Amino acid sequence: MGGQGAGPIQREEHDFAIWEKRVDALMVLCGEKGLFTVDGLRRALEDMGEDTFEKHSYYERWIAAINQNLIEGGVYTLEELGNRMEEIAKRGKTYGEAQNG
Amino acid sequence: MPHDHPDHFHHHGISSSGHPYRADNDEPLTYWQRMEIAVRELLIEGGHVTAAEVAQQINTMDSRSPANGAVVVARAWADPEFRARLLQDASAASREMGFDIGPLKLIAVENTAKVHNVIVCTLCSCYPRNLLGLPPDWYKSREYRSRTVSEPRAVLREFGVELPDSVTVRVHDSTADMRYIVLPLRPNGTEGMSQTALAELVTRDSMIGTGLVQAP
Repeated sequence: MGGQGAGPIQREEHDFAIWEKRVDALMVLCGEKGLFTVDGLRRALEDMGEDTFEKHSYYERWIAAINQNLIEGGVYTLEELGNRMEEIAKRGKTYGEAQNG
Repeated sequence: MPHDHPDHFHHHGISSSGHPYRADNDEPLTYWQRMEIAVRELLIEGGHVTAAEVAQQINTMDSRSPANGAVVVARAWADPEFRARLLQDASAASREMGFDIGPLKLIAVENTAKVHNVIVCTLCSCYPRNLLGLPPDWYKSREYRSRTVSEPRAVLREFGVELPDSVTVRVHDSTADMRYIVLPLRPNGTEGMSQTALAELVTRDSMIGTGLVQAP
């Protein structure tokens, strides 16, 4: 990343949505509980490649990387994740309806 | 969290930095939001974390802000012995003031009349988050991360920081375990101000190095 050409810095900022704060919290807790380390997070992020970096937001990339590490670590299976995500889709059309928080 | 463009909160689509604007809770559920819910539930059901721990961690991060770093900077300006301890070991000096720095190695780099420091994380987004809270969006952007190492003076100019050629610019690239914070230059005309008043002058960007502290 360092040294590559790039355009002007966009200075707009946004308040974090609750789902983004939860992703951040899950990463900190996974580290504290010894499930995987920030190096594991970074490896998964690096593996995504430039295309993913451009297309997805910061915490979208983070939850994908967290999920990859947890599946690799055997915390749950890909099937369990898929089933749960399908079930969550049926709870409602918005994050507010589906969040279980 | 400071923000200059609140109108963007409800704006749909992708910003020119490639980052989508915030989606509120009443907007359509995305694939990634479903993944967050699923991961969180599976971690809780597996007994790895509790819902209370997730909520507590969010509260902890919400309570961290640049105001924490500002009181550390103000004390360093007013108290030479503390300043020496801060430059020696910023983790210990910050803990001394009651801030939870965790296991991170925090390094304070001091701006002087001859040296200006700026921090970046070229790898990802490492930031002194235990002291300043979560980083601003631009800190995590490709543009800031790549250009700060290749053309720091041009980046600083975009932030309104014009430095004479006689000032050396030092760029510090953070890592997961080693985070930097800039001890900005105390502005002239602030002699005799209380630490509380000094702290109010210290901005987030001045502790990243993309800003200067201005006299009141």
